[in-house]
Amino acid sequence: MAAAIEIIEVVKRFGATTALESLTLSIADNEFFTLLGPSGCGKTTVLRMIAGFEPVSAGEIRLFGQNIAALPPDRRPVNTVFQHYALFPHMSVIDNVAFGLKMKGVDLAARRARAGKMLEMVHLSAFAERLPAQLSGGQQQRVALARALAPEPRVLLLDEPLSALDLKLRQAMRIELKQLQQDTGITFIFVTHDQEEALTMSDRIAVMSAGRLQQVGTARDIYETPLNRFVADFIGETNLLPVDVEAISQDASRVRLPGGGALTVPGTATPGRHTLSIRPERLVPDPAGPLKARLERVVYLGTDLHLMTRLQDGSGLVVRMQNSARSALPAAGEVLSIAIEEGAARLLAD
Amino acid sequence: MRGVRHYPGFLALTLVCLTVLYAPLLVVTAYSFNGSTSITQWGGFSWRWYADVFTGPESARFGLAARNSLTIAVLAATAATLIATAASLAMVRGGRFRGRTASFALINLPLMVPEIVTAVASLIFFTMVGLRTGYGTILIAHITFCIPFAYLPISARLEGIEPFFEEAARDLYASRFRAFTQVLLPLMAPGVISGWLLAFIISLDDFIITNFVKGAGMETLPTAIFGSVKQGIKPNIMAISTLMLAASAAVVTLSWLINRRGQRSP
Ligand SMILES: Nc1ncnc2c1ncn2[C@@H]1O[C@H](COP(=O)(O)OP(=O)(O)OP(=O)(O)O)[C@@H](O)[C@H]1O
Ligand SMILES: [Mg+2]
Repeated sequence: MAAAIEIIEVVKRFGATTALESLTLSIADNEFFTLLGPSGCGKTTVLRMIAGFEPVSAGEIRLFGQNIAALPPDRRPVNTVFQHYALFPHMSVIDNVAFGLKMKGVDLAARRARAGKMLEMVHLSAFAERLPAQLSGGQQQRVALARALAPEPRVLLLDEPLSALDLKLRQAMRIELKQLQQDTGITFIFVTHDQEEALTMSDRIAVMSAGRLQQVGTARDIYETPLNRFVADFIGETNLLPVDVEAISQDASRVRLPGGGALTVPGTATPGRHTLSIRPERLVPDPAGPLKARLERVVYLGTDLHLMTRLQDGSGLVVRMQNSARSALPAAGEVLSIAIEEGAARLLAD
Repeated sequence: MRGVRHYPGFLALTLVCLTVLYAPLLVVTAYSFNGSTSITQWGGFSWRWYADVFTGPESARFGLAARNSLTIAVLAATAATLIATAASLAMVRGGRFRGRTASFALINLPLMVPEIVTAVASLIFFTMVGLRTGYGTILIAHITFCIPFAYLPISARLEGIEPFFEEAARDLYASRFRAFTQVLLPLMAPGVISGWLLAFIISLDDFIITNFVKGAGMETLPTAIFGSVKQGIKPNIMAISTLMLAASAAVVTLSWLINRRGQRSP
């Protein structure tokens, strides 16, 4: 079976600026796929090309195996949840939800029934006759979702749909969205610049930066085995340590750490200067550890503590510890020995 | 910051302006209810000149002129609104096309050219192409100068509508045409209606151009009033003027209310 969406060497230029440089991606049917990246990296542009609002400058987009270049937006079985929802202000909530079905020629009774069911699904049945302006932001967001799902698209595009909501609502909607995707079996392509959102909902994540794809993988893949400095830094928190690769075996490298300790890490690289990424939670104070660092201060995070330390060569190192009464806290100024958990250090490609 | 009303002489200047602007209107309105046949001597309150407008010796002439004025205003406002709507769509939604700036200037030209010049030019043009002056030439001239008045509120409204509404409609399987009729047009409606009303008033009120292109025997209300006043001002003219003033005020108020309602619910 063909992938839901195949993006093949797609380039997008706006005049002299290149928004996307040769993007290739394959998104499986029934997948919750997330495009993650900082502002301006081209996420919206990808969605707009899939929806049909922007032509590609080069390359090809296939929907279930079919090249859709020639299809206008209304002929693509793809619906969008817009960032600002774009609910029609002159139509009631139920008319908004039924709009796609009306345009598809579904008769009044059938489309009202289906729209009613969609509103039930997003818990807004009581608001059917209101105008969008009479709803809260969270309610508008759910109407936009119901409206986009009502015509049963094969692919749903969501452009930062949660960004206008407050934290509590955002967290609740993450779970609802994921549930909805599983219940409907529709392929979701979700755009966000919030890495936590991406990690909690997605089957797979594509990390983008400056119009380029950086890495594609499951949340675990990109968090635990980031390919490059950008991904390691953008997803979660990490320590980036300058190291020298000294010896290479079949699938591992021996690196010299700042301060002199040595460590064997998975992956190979050319000998010389490289960057090592280690997550703060995978470092532990341990008298036998290979890293020696002076504690500068302790940042209190509630369930966790951050130990802000500095290595002999001057680079900073953050160690995350569980906040438990059992372990005594080291004092600022103390020199700690720090161990790296087995397999926690990643050698980055750049 | 000090408000404008704190400037010295503000009150006096305001009163002078208001007097110059509105005192004549007040005089005309008041004397339209004058019971005497003199236009300067007050003879007690009466409706007689209003009765005279509808039943007096000049009632047939004014009736015909009023009918011409109304039908021309409705037709001209409608045609101008259609053209102005299409022009707004091209100017606001058409992207950057060659001749965009020139088109903008062309649409608004009638606002810039002195009316008397347009009047003379129109008459010469109609004569040159061999059009007989009359109802038809008045209508053509009115459509032309009404376009910019209809264009202004319509394009202002359209500029305030985010393009994502049309995109959402297209995304939900609406053709270009249905995205326009189902989504964009209803959102534009307040601008279109106030554009129509403005054009209607402008047409109803026009004298100079109409007078040049109307031809013999053809009258609109303003030209009929002018013709009658040339033979001396009679009080019935004040009644007609007051009626026209009331009609204009009603239409302008309506236009304003519609625009305001539209702004509150974008
Ligand atoms: N219509 C356009 N004309 C010119 N440049 C554009 C246009 N649309 C997007 N761009 C440029 O393309 C790049 C990518 O824009 P895009 O909107 O896809 O970013 P994004 O990742 O969605 O960012 P954000 O998170 O801020 O929404 C930006 O540099 C932007 O300036
Ligand atoms: Mg965007």
